[in-house]
Amino acid sequence: MAEVTQLIHHYLRHNKKFPHVLCPGCGHGIVLGSLVRSIHQLGLTKDEVVLVAGIGCSGRIAVYTDFNTVHTTHGRALTFATGIKMANPGLKVIVIMGDGDALSIGGNHFIHAARRNIGVTALILNNNIYGMTGGQSSSTTPQDSVSMTTPFGQMEKSFDIVELAKAAGAHYVARSTVLHVKLLDRIIVTALERPGFNLVEALTPCHTQFGRKNKFKTVVDMYKWYKKNALPLDALAKLPEAQRNARVPIGIFVQEEAHSLEDRYVMLRSRLQEGAS
Amino acid sequence: MPSKVKKPNRRNERAIFALGNEAVVEGALLAGCSFFGGYPITPSTEIAEIMADRLPRLDDGVFIQMEDEIASLGAVIGASLAGRKAMTATSGPGFSLMQEHIGYACMAEVPLVIVNVMRGGPSTGLPTSPAQGDVQQARWGTHGDHPIIVLSASDVHECLEMTVRAFNLAEKYRSPVILLLDEITAHTREKITLPEPGSFEIFTRIKPSMPPEWFVPYEESMRGVPPMPPLGAGYRFHVTGLTHDVHGYPTSRPEEVQNLMQRLFRKIDQFFYDIQFVEETACDDAEILVIAYGCVARSAHLAVVQAREKGLKAGLIKLKTLFPFPRPAMEKLMQHCRVLVVPEMNMGQISREVKRVNNGRAQVRTLNRVDGQIITPGQILKLLQKV
Repeated sequence: MAEVTQLIHHYLRHNKKFPHVLCPGCGHGIVLGSLVRSIHQLGLTKDEVVLVAGIGCSGRIAVYTDFNTVHTTHGRALTFATGIKMANPGLKVIVIMGDGDALSIGGNHFIHAARRNIGVTALILNNNIYGMTGGQSSSTTPQDSVSMTTPFGQMEKSFDIVELAKAAGAHYVARSTVLHVKLLDRIIVTALERPGFNLVEALTPCHTQFGRKNKFKTVVDMYKWYKKNALPLDALAKLPEAQRNARVPIGIFVQEEAHSLEDRYVMLRSRLQEGAS
Repeated sequence: MPSKVKKPNRRNERAIFALGNEAVVEGALLAGCSFFGGYPITPSTEIAEIMADRLPRLDDGVFIQMEDEIASLGAVIGASLAGRKAMTATSGPGFSLMQEHIGYACMAEVPLVIVNVMRGGPSTGLPTSPAQGDVQQARWGTHGDHPIIVLSASDVHECLEMTVRAFNLAEKYRSPVILLLDEITAHTREKITLPEPGSFEIFTRIKPSMPPEWFVPYEESMRGVPPMPPLGAGYRFHVTGLTHDVHGYPTSRPEEVQNLMQRLFRKIDQFFYDIQFVEETACDDAEILVIAYGCVARSAHLAVVQAREKGLKAGLIKLKTLFPFPRPAMEKLMQHCRVLVVPEMNMGQISREVKRVNNGRAQVRTLNRVDGQIITPGQILKLLQKV
């Protein structure tokens, strides 16, 4: 316990007025804990870390941490992060976004950040809903589920973040739920260590705006759902094919090596300077 | 020993034959710009193209083409926060997309330069024809009350000069600065002489000198412009588009909100004299004053010269600052005149400001053209003779 409080005292801001904005049962704090542990494990200094956040519940996380923090505009966090990383590749740039943030309003920026392989770690906190504005459907709200703007059930198909990131060319794609904290810690550490664009999707329950309208009596039921349905890739492969569709695969989906954009830029610069001399 | 005596070089090494858009690049590099984020759009594209060639040759230069104009300005803001002098260039439709982040840059006090080469609008409009329809959008385009600096240029040399000034003002006041050009000014090719390095005053943002633990990122001060550390320099603080207190943390306490908003306005308003650039031609005894900017100012200049030849007491005020509208300078010049003529390539955007400043003293005549063609000297002269 002392270890945990030490981390809190070291990595969270003292002068920021708590309590935080998150609801009881929300998984966002678990992701924040995982992120702090990962940064601590890697021995990164607080000065070299830039935490860039979008708008929404997830966007409010940055302000509590004692890093360089940039709370940006809705959906555009990756664009700010791209500028920061290109301007100073020595910084460790981490981006926190929500699902509506990253994939609805920010969908274009998301696929392009993945495509250009800019050196940032993107954490998408996927709670399948717009929480802060009061529970409207997002592009990851599952088909047929109820929200404030889909009172008769979501008619549209939802995005699979992992598949989207893969298709856009991301070289590291991983997913966990906030229940699988050890996996979450592991994939965030790996993502932070690697060059280029690294995507981590964290499934996190929003009982206040999503769960209670979709037959989850308590937030614990949502965690139970994760426990039952989220399966590591190897376990999933052992299931009969008919049963796989209903499950959510977790783990590392893509892990490839490639030069990041900022590395390629450094190479270009030295090539041009060699040519000039 | 060399056999030939080297002839003295009579050619001016620093003279170039350049487009307005090229001069913008020269000005930006002179001012210390090392980051460009942009998206191609006519008639501003040459700026991005030349930057793409020039910046990677610098030790720390970065050019990046983003997926749209929203992203372009986002990247520029990020680069500026990381300590770079950064810019983007666009035209009407892209400028509309940038409005969201212009507001962010105002609120978070991020120095940056946006060049908007105006073309005919609204919407896709006239991509390769000039207009001056974005003047009020530059002032009020982003939501919420905010101060902003908007500059303008009317020839190729001015493109260079005003780009340098745009960077200086952005850095000095921690504010986005918009340089409004038009298709004609941007695509005119003229001979200009590149200034010697050091001949322009270059201003770079003030960094905090106190130890990080004393640093209050948005502290109130006489100047009203807080010092700005680059990300990663040890001054960890919170940057946000939310209304914030002096520590940068979100607030909705009325007194803190009021303090922030008043400081944002005050930091620009109190240095009014430093921001107003106007150029006078034959204004001393003028009874008829033409007030013009951009390419129209060149037509107006010729019209005023010709009017003088015909014995008319005409003068010209060329606006190089559009906002904050250079009221003190204008008021002084307008004291003795009978008629104010405002030619512009829109239905009357700067004439609103002129009428506001004039406050009914002189007669204000507008001359508007919105067909994608420049207002000619002849058109202006005709009006000068009529009034």
